Parts: sequence; structure tokens; C-alpha cells
Amino acid sequence: MSVRSISDSRAPSAQAGWSGLAQRLVCGVVLLFVRLITGLRASGYPQRAPGCRRVYIANHRSHGDFALVWAALPEEERAVLRPVAGRDYWQRGAIRRFIARTVFNALLIERRPRERRDDPVPAMAAALERGHCLLVFPEGTRNDTDMPLLGFRNGIARFAQRCPEVEFVPVWIENLNRVLPKGEVLPVPLLCRAAFGQPLTIAEGESRAAFRDRLQGALLALSDGPVEEGQSVS
Amino acid sequence: MSIDAEVAWLLAGLAAVLSAATLVGRLLQARVSARSNGGESPGSALSPATVRNLNQRIGAWWVLAIVAGLALLAGKAGLVTLFAVASFLALREFVTLAYTRRGDHWALIASFFVIAPIQYALVWVEWYGLFAIFIPVYAFALLPVASVIRGDTQRFLERAAKVQWGLMLCVYCLSYVPALVTLEIPGYGGREVLLAAFLLLVVQASDVLQYICGKLVGRTPVAPAVSPSKTLEGTLGGIALATALGAALAGLTPFAAWQAGALALAAALAGFAGGLVMSAIKRDCGVKDWGELIEGHGGVLDRLDSLVFSAPVFFHIVRYFWT
Repeated sequence: MSVRSISDSRAPSAQAGWSGLAQRLVCGVVLLFVRLITGLRASGYPQRAPGCRRVYIANHRSHGDFALVWAALPEEERAVLRPVAGRDYWQRGAIRRFIARTVFNALLIERRPRERRDDPVPAMAAALERGHCLLVFPEGTRNDTDMPLLGFRNGIARFAQRCPEVEFVPVWIENLNRVLPKGEVLPVPLLCRAAFGQPLTIAEGESRAAFRDRLQGALLALSDGPVEEGQSVS
Repeated sequence: MSIDAEVAWLLAGLAAVLSAATLVGRLLQARVSARSNGGESPGSALSPATVRNLNQRIGAWWVLAIVAGLALLAGKAGLVTLFAVASFLALREFVTLAYTRRGDHWALIASFFVIAPIQYALVWVEWYGLFAIFIPVYAFALLPVASVIRGDTQRFLERAAKVQWGLMLCVYCLSYVPALVTLEIPGYGGREVLLAAFLLLVVQASDVLQYICGKLVGRTPVAPAVSPSKTLEGTLGGIALATALGAALAGLTPFAAWQAGALALAAALAGFAGGLVMSAIKRDCGVKDWGELIEGHGGVLDRLDSLVFSAPVFFHIVRYFWT
């Protein structure tokens, strides 16, 4: 498998020996924990063609979001997933650094363009090049409001324009904000859902704003609509 | 006969019934496929979807019967563990559909990780005096305080009530099933597990028999606004047959046949009431099933909804008249 030859950035299944064993143990524990707390149901996962470059985009309301999307993927896809996260937040403190680097293998980027020393686009493109899939939360921060979704940042469409071959798969995460709201440490057990949508790619000549709105609409369309009338109750 | 042998006989009987059900399910499947290949034959009410769902349900029944059988063979520890897990899963389904806000976080954490474990610990140590009042008194008083401290008063009564109802239905009421094992009935010593087996069999059989009677001869809806699939014929037939089953199983219990029949009737009636109330809650929440854990049935609560009311009623009748 091409994925196993990744050398400069680790994929969880690619390691051998003790660290590989520890990695698999941690993954197993996280998986068990996610399923126990959330009874996770994944739906509509679109198969990824070999070599296809893919970025998942999801709504962001909880620290557990990455673990939930990760757990919702098929096993071989879990091994190549990396979250894209804000460096300013995840570099602060030893514990956060450990979680971001060692546990999640996060790709850390500068969120604020003015403080940027390096452009996140080439770093993301390079990770895809190496066989990883990325998870991006295009709202840019955790949504703490009563609105279902915050407006997307521009970066995601900018990235799509620079790498037009990349496909974007929306993943709607339902309920996890109630399991682990912002600022809480202990999770409440509640059923969660990860609904995958069909892959989208930027069209020839499509503007950034248009593609951004299209992504946002596709993600929002996966959220629970109102219940249809006349459903029978057993 | 030893208690293990009695449980084993019971499970063998259950396996025989499920085998027969599996056979019937396969035959129906074959008939439905033949019909769909060879044109319509009017007069049969069974749609392919119904038959598929029936076979899923029978398959799930095998799993449930094996799990419950192992728990019964393990005795008190097995039953306490099984129902503690069932309560956890049921409460998870209930709270998922209930309206709560961030201010309820501590109350919910306490419900899952403090109140529910304590309730089952009380069953385990057989402290009846506290077991019977712990959730109705202490959880009732404590949990709204945990929410009110956070200072969010929006829809407060509704939120507090929903947390309390969740605990009452999913934890308090269900914990009465293993609590049956703690009853000390003169002359029945050592066989209390069979009392729990009796209740589980009668209530679940009542559900199944109501379903079968309803599919075979059901015409008149009994509660069309709440549960369109329940019919008067199905309900009466199922409850009558469950009562007869209870009388026939009197040998498991410390009761005479007529007493066992009367208790089975009470449990089946309470079970019907519980199912109806739980359906109304689902309808209020705008869902068809509580969850998707048990194939063909829905969630854990869809399978246990009739036990929710019948377990405490059955327990207290037995406790009042026989201990």
C-alpha cells in the first residue's frame, strides 16, 4: 500500500515496534470511548478512489469533532486522516502540543493571515501529496452560537482554487456539541451522527465566493431537517 | 430441580419457540418472494417489508434471548449488570431526544455517572429503603439545583422535568427488574431469579403476542393518534394470551396458577400503558424509534418500553402481598 511508505509524516498504521503498538492501543481506546459515549452512527460515506486527494469539511462545535469524524471513517481511511488546526491554540501548553502532534498528527496552520510566516496552502497540498486526507473546519473556530453553522472563512476556497483536483467531502456532525460543549471536560453520553455528503470539486471558472457558498450549502443540507408529517410511530 | 436446571429448561423452551418463529419467518419470506415473482395474489395483508422486518425482529430476539439467558444463569450479578447497561443505553437514547441546554451539563453528568450507578449499587446491596426513594426524592431535589447554579432559566421547568423523567423511566423503573431478586418471599428462598424471568417472559411475550394478534386479526385502531399500529383486537388478544402464559408458568413462581395469571394480567396491562406513554413521548419528539441499536426493533427503549411501567407495579404487588 502506498500509504505505508509515508516516511516524513507518520500515519498511525505505518509504524512498527513499540511506538506502533502504543499508537494502535491509543486508537483502540479512543474508538471504544467514542462509541461508548456517542453510539456513533455514520451514514453516506462515499468511497475514495485510489490516489484521489480528499479534504473533509465539517461543522465545528466541540473538541471531540475530530475524534468523531475519525471514528466514522473506514479503518484504512482513519490511518491517513490529519486534522488541520490553528497553531495559535494548539501550540499553547505541553498537553495541547502533545495532543495535536502525537495523538492527532495535526497539521498546524496560522489562522490569522497577518501573523503568517508560512502559507498553509502548500503545507496542506504537500500532506495530500503524501497520501493523507485532511479534515478542515472552515468556520475557523468552534461555533458557540445558536446558529447551525457560522460563515465559512475564505481560505478553503482559496485552497480549492490552487488545487482544483482536490475533492471536498462535507461531514455534518450532529449532537456532539451537547456531548462536550465548549469549556466542559466530562462528556455526557448522547447518540451522535456523522452524515457524509457527496464529494464536491471547484468548477472551471467558479469564483471563490461561489464555491465557498456551495460548500457551505452542501454541509448545511446534511443537517437534520424538520421531521416529515405523517410518519408512523410503532 | 436446581435453579440452574430450571433456568436451563426455561431457556430451552424459549429456544424452541424462537426456532419455530425462525421457521415461520423463513416460510413467509419464501411465500412473499414467490408471490412477487408470480404476480399478485390478493387477500394477503403481509407486505414484503413487513416480512423483512419480522425476520429482523426474530434475529434480534435470538440475540436478546441469549443475552438475557446468560444474565439469568449468572443470577443476581448478571441481572444487575444487564439492567445497569440497559439503563445506560436507554438513558442515552432518552436524553438525546430531550431538550436540554448547556446549563444542564452537570445534571446530565450526574445522572449518568453518579445517580444511575448508585441506584444499581443500592439494588446490589439490597438497601430497599433507599433504593425505593433515591431517585424520586434525592435526585429530584438535587438535579434541578445542579442546573440552576449555572443560572440559565430559559425553559427551566421543561429541562428539569425531562432530566427527571429520563431518570425515572430509564433508571428507576428498569432497576426494579433486578430488584425482584432481592425480595424475600417465605418458602421461595434461592429461586428469586425465576421471578425476574417470569416478569421478563410475560411482558415481552405480551408485546409479541399483541403484535401477532394485531397482524392476524387487527382491524380497529386503539390509539390512532399515538400509535397507529396498535389495534383493539391485537391488544386484547395479546394481553389475554399473556395472562394465560403467566398462569401456565406458575410453577416458576411462588404463586398459585390464578395468582400468577392475575399478576401476568397486571404486568401486561401496565406494559401496554407503558408502551403507549413511551409512544406518545416519541411522537412529541417527532421520531419513530428511540434509536437503531436493535435491528428491526429500533432502540433499547423500543424493546424495554413495556417493562418501564410493569416492573415497578409487579414488584410492589408481589412485595405487598407475598413478603
